[in-house]
Amino acid sequence: MLILHCPYCDLNADETELAGGGEAHIKRPGMDADDTAFETYLFSRKNPRGPHFERWRHANGCGKWFHAARCTQTLEVFGTYPAQTLEPPADIIAKIRKRHPDWQSDTEVKVAS
Amino acid sequence: MKRYSAFAIAREAFRYHTGWERAWRSPEPKSRYDVVIVGAGGHGLATAYYLGKNFGITNVAVLEKGWLGGGNTGRNTTIIRSNYLQDPSAAIYEKARGLYETLSQDLNMNVMFSPRGVLMLAQTEHEVRGYKRTAQANAYQGVDTEFVSPERVQELCPILDIGGPRYPVLGALWQPRGGTARHDAVAWGYARACSDMGMDIIQKCEVTGITQSGGKVTGVQTTRGDIACGKLGIVVAGHSGQLAEMAGFRLPIESVALQAMVSEPIKPCMDVVVMANSVHGYMSQSDKGEMVIGGGTDIYNNYTQRGSFNHIEETVRSLIEIFPIVSRLKMLRQWGGIVDMTGDRSPIISPTPLGGCFINCGWGTGGFKAIPGSGWAMADMIARDAPGPLAAAFSLDRFAEGRFIDESVAAGVAH
Repeated sequence: MLILHCPYCDLNADETELAGGGEAHIKRPGMDADDTAFETYLFSRKNPRGPHFERWRHANGCGKWFHAARCTQTLEVFGTYPAQTLEPPADIIAKIRKRHPDWQSDTEVKVAS
Repeated sequence: MKRYSAFAIAREAFRYHTGWERAWRSPEPKSRYDVVIVGAGGHGLATAYYLGKNFGITNVAVLEKGWLGGGNTGRNTTIIRSNYLQDPSAAIYEKARGLYETLSQDLNMNVMFSPRGVLMLAQTEHEVRGYKRTAQANAYQGVDTEFVSPERVQELCPILDIGGPRYPVLGALWQPRGGTARHDAVAWGYARACSDMGMDIIQKCEVTGITQSGGKVTGVQTTRGDIACGKLGIVVAGHSGQLAEMAGFRLPIESVALQAMVSEPIKPCMDVVVMANSVHGYMSQSDKGEMVIGGGTDIYNNYTQRGSFNHIEETVRSLIEIFPIVSRLKMLRQWGGIVDMTGDRSPIISPTPLGGCFINCGWGTGGFKAIPGSGWAMADMIARDAPGPLAAAFSLDRFAEGRFIDESVAAGVAH
């Protein structure tokens, strides 16, 4: 069973206490955005086979949203952090990098292109 | 290819069964094909089969990362039905169900299609209204379904507890020509027929890259060398996201685990398929006597082909509620498959931003029943370079246009 650490309650929560909320760090485009940008925001998902940042809610606990970094290939959890975070924290990135040296975060991909 | 027949069994009986040949060839990949299909599951093989049968395109390779039919084709609960609410869904699923009726004869392989009937239980007032509406829609679509009373449900499936404390059965959507088929035989039958037409089925051949030039696909890089192609069909279910990334676009799809399990074999006790979407469980009895059981998907993205234990418990708990007799059954085995879920729970059969590259994915939790119709529509699209009448509504641009084919309400959980 998946166990995630709730950063608010500071305790480990079983999957049965949690509700999944899908991909994290999706930015809503502004009013001047075109249709493609809005389609991407609403529907397109990274769905990676590997490290994945996602939203979770401690539904049967404090009820608050938080973020988790998890590998979809091995189910390894790299860590959780509060939802009021615009980008994954550096320590979690470092943990992911340790396991997956070739892995690139989204921000780096954008810089590269 | 030697045909399977009663005469062939008799002939082989006289020579100690030494004359059976392999069902399909395992050739080395050629350097170029007119069409390359990625994914030798049911949908990929059916695509190749109808490319050959309906359009005479036989210079085709079907590439498979693992073994043939080892993904969701071999992991589902084999239910076949077409009682969908929306017109495009009813059209393609009914096409598939119709093709299943004669698939054994078409493929000269017994796929054991058993139109034993499918009951979808209505256990809340919402479901009663929903299924009555679906039955009405099906009447216009030419799909034979009817809404039946709780008494009729009990008659069709005596082991069902219709009085259930939490969710009494208030009626059901009954599709008498729905049923089950042998999932492996469907994949094997298509593979054998494809191989017989001269197509190459190449197993243990993982696609690692897609090459393109001037916005058009030119070939694929694989673990067994580069293969050039005129057109490319991506039919890889849970791993569609990875292939799409190689081709340079993103999909409105998330991959999650869906689990199923079978019990120890018992004497025949139910001759219909029962789906109970309010309590998240469905069950049928296989020809071997095992109770085949499925439930809802897991809640998180996953590529491991294993699911969460708490979902097994939830599924079994809900089944015991409607089938008290299963409470003492031992489970024989349990497994998971990676399903590709779209937002509207309808598939994507579509051209892609990359020229000459077509994709068939997003069947989510309900792909097996659609295999023949999906292959038919995909082959039509690849051959004519444009989606035909069955596929048109399922194009990728429906998300940008807000033209959803919303089956998430109609189909509930077991889809």
